[in-house]
Amino acid sequence: MYFSPCMRTTYVVGAAAVSVLLTSSALAQVDLSGAWGQRFHEDAPERGAGPEIGDYLGMPVNDAARRRADAWDASKWTMPERQCEPHPADYGPRGPASLRIASTLDPVSQDVVSWHVTALWMLQRRTIYMDGRPHPSPYAQHSWQGFSTGEWEGDMLTVTTTHLKEGWFRRNGLARSEKATLVEYFIRHGDYLTLVTVVKDPVYLTEPLVRTSNWVANPGFQLSPFSCIPTVEIERPRGFVPHHLPGTNPYLNEFAAKHGLPAEAARGGAETMYPEYLERLRQDAGGR
Amino acid sequence: MAIAGLFCLGASTFVRTQAELEMLPVQGNVYVLAGSQGNATVQIGGEGPLLVDTQPAALLAAVLDAIRTLTPRPIRHIVLTSGADQQAGGAANLAKTGRYIRVLDSIDPRGADLRSSIIAHVNVLNRMVAANVPSDRWPTDTYFTPQWAVFSNGEAVQLFHVSNAHSDGDTVVFFRRSDVVSTGAIFDATAYPRFDPRSGGGIDGIIEGLNLVLDLAIAGEGQEGGTVIVPGRGRLSDETDVANYRDMVTIIRDRIRDMVAKGLSLEQVKQGRPTADYDGLYDSPGGEWTGEMFVEAIYRALSGGRR
Repeated sequence: MYFSPCMRTTYVVGAAAVSVLLTSSALAQVDLSGAWGQRFHEDAPERGAGPEIGDYLGMPVNDAARRRADAWDASKWTMPERQCEPHPADYGPRGPASLRIASTLDPVSQDVVSWHVTALWMLQRRTIYMDGRPHPSPYAQHSWQGFSTGEWEGDMLTVTTTHLKEGWFRRNGLARSEKATLVEYFIRHGDYLTLVTVVKDPVYLTEPLVRTSNWVANPGFQLSPFSCIPTVEIERPRGFVPHHLPGTNPYLNEFAAKHGLPAEAARGGAETMYPEYLERLRQDAGGR
Repeated sequence: MAIAGLFCLGASTFVRTQAELEMLPVQGNVYVLAGSQGNATVQIGGEGPLLVDTQPAALLAAVLDAIRTLTPRPIRHIVLTSGADQQAGGAANLAKTGRYIRVLDSIDPRGADLRSSIIAHVNVLNRMVAANVPSDRWPTDTYFTPQWAVFSNGEAVQLFHVSNAHSDGDTVVFFRRSDVVSTGAIFDATAYPRFDPRSGGGIDGIIEGLNLVLDLAIAGEGQEGGTVIVPGRGRLSDETDVANYRDMVTIIRDRIRDMVAKGLSLEQVKQGRPTADYDGLYDSPGGEWTGEMFVEAIYRALSGGRR
């Protein structure tokens, strides 16, 4: 059966939603508060050591995203204005992200007015407003964690985030634009917490990017304190910006060569997300 | 937390006028009157508002309405970040509604010119005079040094001249107590930066102006908040946003410089699409200032006018 890209996204999210409704009560709101230990079993190589340069495989990126990533230089992170950048809300769960979740309650009704999620890496802190407030003006500032509002759909907390500062899909230069929006689904099964994230980016994606991350309840876990003060790590001319000019990045082909992949596959694109692409690669290889 | 607070305040106090202008709190004593054609920065206090740039002259009534939601006091100072129409256009009429008493006026009030003062770099005045702009639109107070300052509404306001950027008369304004920088046209959060060599503008000046803003801006904990940047147009920003923009302009300049060094013609440079990875953010095909115009302007600046 063929699913259009849009239907695939709907299917993934819908399946997660049905799963929740079948396995837990839809009558009571779930308490998400507490400490959560991260599980790294999904996409571990990318999330630990990090992706290789030139690895865009499985990402629904467009040509603009590829061009931008081709120019990316890891030395960017040595710049003083970059050293203390945290992960943005959509990438945060992929990094070292054991969590502490707390709530603010209305003193009279005892309703949850907002959720506060703090992640381990650089202590990213975000607030999810549950009181129905509108999102800010288009002229308001953007932030790393954006502006988030949530609502319960049965036992699933659906969170919509706008006003995100520019971030990244992968830590190898695949940029996520500030025009992107993030929709998340927090799903708790007993001591397990699953987060489904769906990013739509009209600038750098041709399809929504859907990812899941998981945690296990870890009562008593304490987040480590963190502080960051940038410094000059490398003396450079004023205004120097590390980047590769077109056609000069010497590392772009290493990933495909190391893993025996066709160069085309490493360039990514929506079709490389789906199982059918493997079959196409086999057919191409057979034809050669 | 500070950002969350800003969002709350912004959502609760903005004013949408008939002209689709929005007044948002920025930080400290500073607000922004934002519109599709640009931003006016408004500092308020006991002495009367100080504006950085205005809005087009046609929006005079809407601008005044919006400012009166903050304070009934007449406008005291208007700082022009350049002589461009969208900056200077509304200043003359707006100044007539304001009030600034100079030393001479207090000695001999019979000749008093009670308009708001209009402050700009001297090159703005020089170009207006050369272009036969009516004198009531001229700046009333100019500076010719690299920096100047005004003490307004309880805080030091520093003016920094940026040479050869959008024009040769650009000013970046720093509100020291409020920790807000108003950039003028060197930083347009919605488009590629616009510069006109006929007015003394240039791509290297734009980049230097952006680096100056980065010198002034200090991010808060976790690279969040801290100094707030009011761009010439578009949403409120901070150090990271300006760094992203500076990187973009520098990378595109470097690409075109490399192509020029290889002897490529303007047409060949355009075919190479040196802005392709940023067009989704900053290009506006069919608009007044497109990515293609930006490429062409850089090419001409770097190639000495080669075609």
